[in-house]
Amino acid sequence: MKGNEVIAEAALRAGCRHYFGYPITPQTEVAHYMARKMEEIGGTFVQAESEVAAINMVYGAASAGVRAMTSSSSPGISLKQEGISYAAGAELPIVVIDIVRCGPGLGGILPAQCDYYQMVKGGGHGDYHNIVLAPQGVQEMYELVVDAFNLADKYRNPVVVMGDGYMGQMMEAVEFRDQEKIERPEKPWAACGSEMKRPHNTITSIYIEADVLEAHVRHMYEKYKAIEENEVRVDVQNCEGADVIIAAYGTCARVTKNVIKDAAKLGIKVGLIRPITLWPFPKKAFEQYAKVPKGFLTVEMSMGQMIDDVKLAVNGQNNVYFYGRTGGNVPGQKDILAEVVKIARGEGGDLR
Amino acid sequence: MSIVFQRPHALIDKPLHYCPGCTHGIIHRLVAEVLDELGIEGTTVGVASVGCTYNSYEYFNCDMVQAAHGRAPAVATGIRRSLPDRTVFTYQGDGDLAAIGTAEIVHAATRGEKITTIFVNNAIYGMTSGQMAPTTLVGQVTTTTPFGRKPELHGYPVRVCELLSTLEGAVYVERVAVNNVQNIRKAKAAIKRAFQVQAAGLGFSIVEVLSICPTNWGMSPDKSLEWLRDNMIPHYPLGNFKNVALPGETPAADGSDK
Ligand SMILES: Cc1ncc(C[n+]2csc(CCOP(=O)(O)OP(=O)(O)O)c2C)c(N)n1
Ligand code: SF4
Ligand SMILES: [Mg+2]
Repeated sequence: MKGNEVIAEAALRAGCRHYFGYPITPQTEVAHYMARKMEEIGGTFVQAESEVAAINMVYGAASAGVRAMTSSSSPGISLKQEGISYAAGAELPIVVIDIVRCGPGLGGILPAQCDYYQMVKGGGHGDYHNIVLAPQGVQEMYELVVDAFNLADKYRNPVVVMGDGYMGQMMEAVEFRDQEKIERPEKPWAACGSEMKRPHNTITSIYIEADVLEAHVRHMYEKYKAIEENEVRVDVQNCEGADVIIAAYGTCARVTKNVIKDAAKLGIKVGLIRPITLWPFPKKAFEQYAKVPKGFLTVEMSMGQMIDDVKLAVNGQNNVYFYGRTGGNVPGQKDILAEVVKIARGEGGDLR
Repeated sequence: MSIVFQRPHALIDKPLHYCPGCTHGIIHRLVAEVLDELGIEGTTVGVASVGCTYNSYEYFNCDMVQAAHGRAPAVATGIRRSLPDRTVFTYQGDGDLAAIGTAEIVHAATRGEKITTIFVNNAIYGMTSGQMAPTTLVGQVTTTTPFGRKPELHGYPVRVCELLSTLEGAVYVERVAVNNVQNIRKAKAAIKRAFQVQAAGLGFSIVEVLSICPTNWGMSPDKSLEWLRDNMIPHYPLGNFKNVALPGETPAADGSDK
């Protein structure tokens, strides 16, 4: 199945019956799939007038207590940031899919990873975090989309599943579970009509008094601490005794797996740390291997964004090099290998 | 002894924070009375917008959701599509609805969303201290039109009801004012009908309420009411722009052929 269709199917299996979107390449198949299925099963599909409207529809649906999602790609995500910030502030469980394309501006429609900053570091205004999940292929996409709904409900927080254009367009076999693990907590806070049986509920992100807003934000940060403690996911491969460790996620991590084999033939042991949660970032994995003899190489389809978090985690204990391509180009296996060889031989590299 | 006048249950018993003489309070009361009369407080979700009434959830007793500036119709769409048996309304100012939220209101109406919008037109941005709104009249002095609104510099005031009534999805469109008792009674009747139209699943309904902002108009409440009568009503004529027969009504009786 195509990655984008898997996203939609996974959301339906997770019990999402409310989808709001606006067309943009390379994620539009999510909407196509949803439009057909929702009409068949009596769910909600709305093609909104803009990404701004779509995210606010998601905000409304989540306020009412249902599982709701939207999907888009980078320029559309820029427009959704307002709504994501509001949802974070109002503590609403929403799921946002970003199939990243290259920028800035209208950029291009080819795959990229240059939305790391806007998704992981905020993007919208205010003190908040999204939980950001980064699959490396179609099977994992399915699993993470299901998990995204569970995590959103568990923590009452926006969850982003971020893939690049390859992952959206890629056809791969995918094995659906018969029964998804769906955790649906009660939502006594939802604005769904009081039936005159309880005091009225209010969903809001505005707190005019300084102390009240500070208390609210501190409460959110307590939640973030719990997320950082409980929800970090990382794929660590070949790092024991490695000469060089590559940090990469998504498509770049897939390419790296072949680099590990090629380098071994040259007598260089390469490890891989693949963050699956970009936030919370798997700091501990980097701390554990911070002393890797030759240092780290961060590989991204951007000019270097995740590398900031790698450097923070490594905390000055080692060199962190960078290799990236942009504009829709993907770092090639040979190019990454060449960087690894230079670093392993002490011949330098792009030290950041 | 029977009680003939009391605070509607749908309006919480606490002092409003609006300026003295502001008619937002009257409009709140009318909405609350309608929720009471239709017995729908427990099955209604209101959407507060951004403007002086950003925290109207402090006053309405039904469930409430606060929306970003201009986005209330999109938020209401999400709620209504999730709760098909509930009543959903938005309460929006003229800056919120007719400037930043133009796309959202036009498209909610286009889609015929089964929501009701209470649109409070006070010809100004109240909350942010009196800047020009899209509805500010030609010649009107505001903090951003210090020499009066000039069409060649600032464009023309927008007539929202006239605009929306061209859309098939908008089935009930009426403009009212709250400047005197007679008009207040008409305003309530319109608000009630708008909710009934929604309950009958007929489509999008909107009531534009001409309202005063004594603080930013720089007039006493009395003078403001006169200013509304003498300046706003001529530009924003009161009346029904679009109507639809409720179940049990004959089209002719309700004027839906208008
Ligand atoms: C995105 C955004 N832009 C601007 C503002 C600032 N702002 C708050 S209220 C308001 C104007 C509201 O005017 P109106 O809708 O006419 O309501 P009123 O206060 O007159 O009732 C503005 C511009 C904001 N809160 N959010
Ligand atoms: S500023 Fe104007 S609209 Fe706002 S509460 Fe005061 S009088 Fe009312
Ligand atoms: Mg106003």
